[in-house]
Amino acid sequence: MVENIKYANKYNFAFIDEATKKEIRRKLLKAVAIPGYQVPYSSPEMPIARGWGTGGLHVTLAIIGRKDVFKIIDQGSDASVNACNLREFVHQMTNCQTTYDTAEATLIQTRHRITEEELTEDQIFVYQVPQPEPLRSVERYEYRTRQMHGEADYAKMWVSLYESYVRSGDIMLGAGYPVKVNKRYIMAPSPIPRWDVPNLNQSKALHLFGAGREKRLYAVPPYTTVEALEFEDVKFHTEDFKGTECYKTGYKKAFLDELYFDDGSKHFIINDSNFLDKLIEKASPKQHENKYINQLES
Amino acid sequence: MSRNADNWLLRVTNLTKIYGEPNKNTVSLTGPEFNSNICPETDSIVACADISFDLYPGEVLGIVGESGSGKSTVVKLLYFDMEKTGGAAWLKPYADGSIDMLSESNQKKRFIRNNLMGMVYQNPRDGLNFNFTSGGNIAEKLIMAGNYHVGEIRGRASDLLNKTEVPVLRMDDRPANFSGGMQQRVQISKAIANNPPLLFLDEVTTGLDVSVQAKVLDLIRELQQDLGIAMIVVSHDLSVIRMLTDRTIVMKNGRIVESGLTDQILQDPQHEYSQLLVSSLL
Repeated sequence: MVENIKYANKYNFAFIDEATKKEIRRKLLKAVAIPGYQVPYSSPEMPIARGWGTGGLHVTLAIIGRKDVFKIIDQGSDASVNACNLREFVHQMTNCQTTYDTAEATLIQTRHRITEEELTEDQIFVYQVPQPEPLRSVERYEYRTRQMHGEADYAKMWVSLYESYVRSGDIMLGAGYPVKVNKRYIMAPSPIPRWDVPNLNQSKALHLFGAGREKRLYAVPPYTTVEALEFEDVKFHTEDFKGTECYKTGYKKAFLDELYFDDGSKHFIINDSNFLDKLIEKASPKQHENKYINQLES
Repeated sequence: MSRNADNWLLRVTNLTKIYGEPNKNTVSLTGPEFNSNICPETDSIVACADISFDLYPGEVLGIVGESGSGKSTVVKLLYFDMEKTGGAAWLKPYADGSIDMLSESNQKKRFIRNNLMGMVYQNPRDGLNFNFTSGGNIAEKLIMAGNYHVGEIRGRASDLLNKTEVPVLRMDDRPANFSGGMQQRVQISKAIANNPPLLFLDEVTTGLDVSVQAKVLDLIRELQQDLGIAMIVVSHDLSVIRMLTDRTIVMKNGRIVESGLTDQILQDPQHEYSQLLVSSLL
């Protein structure tokens, strides 16, 4: 008897069917070809609701291969709920090796952080993006924002930065600070802290962004110029952790989380869990270098 | 300023705007002779047709006419708020007047608008963004012309507000909280922020009370004398035209029916519509 192997596996490799994967890959190629440009895509149904990381998952599943080593973090942590569940899902659907180790991974999906450890040319970094449109805060109509991107008409964005400075004495944008990619498109870098924004500039890795609910893909190819928006006299700056250090390692040059202990005392700890583990093990992971980190004392 | 055939600032030829689907008779079947701008064959509406004039540097040109005569359409076409149906316009400071600015790409048009022109609308809501502060509104114009220095932007904005007699203390307030006269002054500040050679004023004093009207007109006249900006003033109010302009165009049903020196038109109107207009001046 000829055995029917078509239905031996309940799901296709990496869950999404091949035709849809091809579609997503083609859109990704377009996104890479036009750095910072938002490419509409199909955003197919997934076993999780749109807006819960589906964009990142689409990208990951469309490009993952059997030999990939997969890492996923949620706000710096390998162990939080979003990361654990998506890791388990990707593992079940692909049988790929998964890891916590940033250096070992070939494909890293993230929610709202870039790893402290420097990325390499062999790595692809995938972001889950809630709102891909950086101009949405100043222009609510999609047809208008598309026109504004098309004509590089970014005055409204700049005025909103000016207004923020006038009102508060500083540009009051924390997560998702708008950046200009390749001197052309203004892009929302997903809600990563300002600390991570300079690490996109001339990065060796390929950065892919997926917004499932908004059905948009965009990309920052390796070695692309990414500049945070700043005025000639009002500059972009990263979060200030002056006078604080990681209470476990004494390290100062990383993005820190604030912790309150039961006795009410306040402590700080490195946000990137894998980076923290490596420092505790006395390994010396190679960190991103940028002018903001470099001027800090360790 | 000497006037000769070559030193024009703005040259407009056969500017036309038609709504609907015109046929070849549309233009010839409408106009003041027919006392209508609706084409009897196609029902298309001729907002303005065959408008041609030259504007010289530092000159103030008035456009007067009843409502619906197409006078606002002319400035809106020239400020790229609307797409033309036909005709061309050249601006001397742009490519030395060699390129028809109405046929340029949106990006080029925006450059011309931000660097070489200013517009003051009748309703401040059209010219100002009420979600931004008055300083921010002026900043928008400066940023669009490539100034990214907050200190310089604020310096320039406070100069302009000073010049237009808006209290500089209110620079970081929203124009929504201002009186109508003040909003109009902020709008004028924004329009002249980049020292444009050409300024459009579309019914700027309509809707303001008489004392504020007089102040705004004074301001415009002062700016004109200090900065030597060429202006096109659209108004249905002949006293505004008399006060501000050197030369006047009278429009009716989308056509120019008479043009000449303002004094001449007011003293000795030739066309019957101009006569009616002048005789109804209180």
